[in-house]
Amino acid sequence: MAKFEVPVLTMSEEPARDIPEIQAGVMAHSRPFLAKPEHNKPLGFPDSLVDHWQEKALERMGSLLKRFRSLRVFLDSCVKCGACTDKCHYFLGTGDPKNMPVARQDLLRSVYRRYFTLPGQLFGPLVGANDLTQETLEEWYTYFHQCSQCRRCSVFCPYGIDTAEISMAARDIMDHVGYGQKYCNEIITKVHKIGNNLGLPGPALADTLMGLEEDVHDETGHDVKFPLDVEGADVLLITPSADFFAEPHVDGLVGYAKVFHQAGVSWTVSSYASEAANFGMFIGSYEQMYKVANRIRKAAYDLKVKRIVFGECGHAWRVAYSFLNTLAGPWDFLDKDYPVPQHIIEFTTDLIQRGGIKLDRSANENMVVTLHDSCNVARGARMGGVPGGQFTLPRTLLKACAPQYVDMHPDTINDKTFCCGGGGGLLTDDLMELRVKGAKPRVEALKNVMTQAGVTHIASLCAICKSQFTKILPYYDIEMDAVVSVHGLVSKAILLG
Amino acid sequence: MAYELNGKKIEHDEEGYIADVNGWNEDVAKMIADVEGIDMTSEHWEVIHFLREYYNEYQIAPAVRVLTKAVAKKLGPEKGNNKYLYELFPYGPGKQACKIAGLPKPTGCV
Repeated sequence: MAKFEVPVLTMSEEPARDIPEIQAGVMAHSRPFLAKPEHNKPLGFPDSLVDHWQEKALERMGSLLKRFRSLRVFLDSCVKCGACTDKCHYFLGTGDPKNMPVARQDLLRSVYRRYFTLPGQLFGPLVGANDLTQETLEEWYTYFHQCSQCRRCSVFCPYGIDTAEISMAARDIMDHVGYGQKYCNEIITKVHKIGNNLGLPGPALADTLMGLEEDVHDETGHDVKFPLDVEGADVLLITPSADFFAEPHVDGLVGYAKVFHQAGVSWTVSSYASEAANFGMFIGSYEQMYKVANRIRKAAYDLKVKRIVFGECGHAWRVAYSFLNTLAGPWDFLDKDYPVPQHIIEFTTDLIQRGGIKLDRSANENMVVTLHDSCNVARGARMGGVPGGQFTLPRTLLKACAPQYVDMHPDTINDKTFCCGGGGGLLTDDLMELRVKGAKPRVEALKNVMTQAGVTHIASLCAICKSQFTKILPYYDIEMDAVVSVHGLVSKAILLG
Repeated sequence: MAYELNGKKIEHDEEGYIADVNGWNEDVAKMIADVEGIDMTSEHWEVIHFLREYYNEYQIAPAVRVLTKAVAKKLGPEKGNNKYLYELFPYGPGKQACKIAGLPKPTGCV
């Protein structure tokens, strides 16, 4: 099935400490497709690698250093303690030492030192400062596209250095010299043109939603609606377009609809802002993040809704929870009695507590469920307004939906969760080897609970994680339908009527 | 990058998706299926033709559920599921079937 070697699972009792042998350069060949002029132009990036690109790259680096003090601090403060070296899933899955977070950071740090610090200008390589050459650029392109910006390493860094921000800066610099990545740039272009990552036009969305109404009616006998562009609805649902399109995502969407229906809350999807994901973050572009986020503002304003609820999408929730107010606020036209924005898991758990909906666990009685904490929810946001709510709320919800719930190894969940292997703009077929290998630590922990505790399903609250697992679990002899949406379980357990 | 069919060049991208949806015909489909290692049966053709019809109307490939429903209608309810579609197109109905049908690759978190 694969053109590369699939990592052998060792079934270690301590999956997070299963450190591989170092294999220098083993992933040096892995690179995503370059963005073409038609993907770059609409985003305001040069068509292809510009003349005098070194000069322009350094100019951009200088402006990022001025704009984001955090970037300079992260580049200055590493003391090479080594705490991060064995924390990255791509290192654990490949053994390539350039996938140690400190080595990845050093690709940018050495150039920063050479051009932006006095010791670097005076002493060059003696102080870890290197010239920006074509070879450096190629290494940036290779290894900054082997970072899913999951931020697991930063949890263990005594200085809190955030490799994700360094990798975002590197991608931003590359975009500004015309050396961006096709997957992300093509997708952002589609959001501006059509309103979502998929390129799903309004009429197709309407047809898909109508089909879902029919399905749910056939299955349950209830008239659960999937409203589109309804002015004056209470809730605007912002969800990843994969929820309209893919399995098991769509089961989650059906779950949200049933929750709204049962709670008697009017809601709508917007064809203008039919996307929760904000790939502007993956390429480190504040400008793109701003533009994508403001589509949500416009949709909320035009549809005159009172509340915004986000569906199951990992990094969308980070952007929503941490940055939405800065990017697209103030939200003074929304109802102040509700959080802005709210996560669908907050919405549903709150209803359960207040008795607004009832769930029947026996609907999922043949399942033993575990939860995959998505990186951007776990390490970039919160839920329920309390510390750690992003860990407890999804678990509370799953336990309310299924009779049996088991957690994976404690070093692989909550804020120490492992990336699915496809986050941060890497969920593309041209990086399949990286995706399969990078999933190893997560799959190892999953296999442990499958064999030892009889776990049958892994629930996820992120569109990327769901697609990634569907694709890569079969490489490790796990059926693709072992991955389910959190609200897919809600959908089965909720009592309608 | 281009396929060659009967002396004609058909442009495609890095992954073999043809550049021009209108440059497609059944011979092109057979050739792409060959490259993908898929032996086209009448069930495969049903899926491919449905994809083309849907695309012509909506300018996008159908969602997986829309496709499984259509397959159930045409080939029988026992075949209207994702698993069966993966049997037909092991690399995924969304992507591999689209490639053979000459449609653009679905992008995003799918």
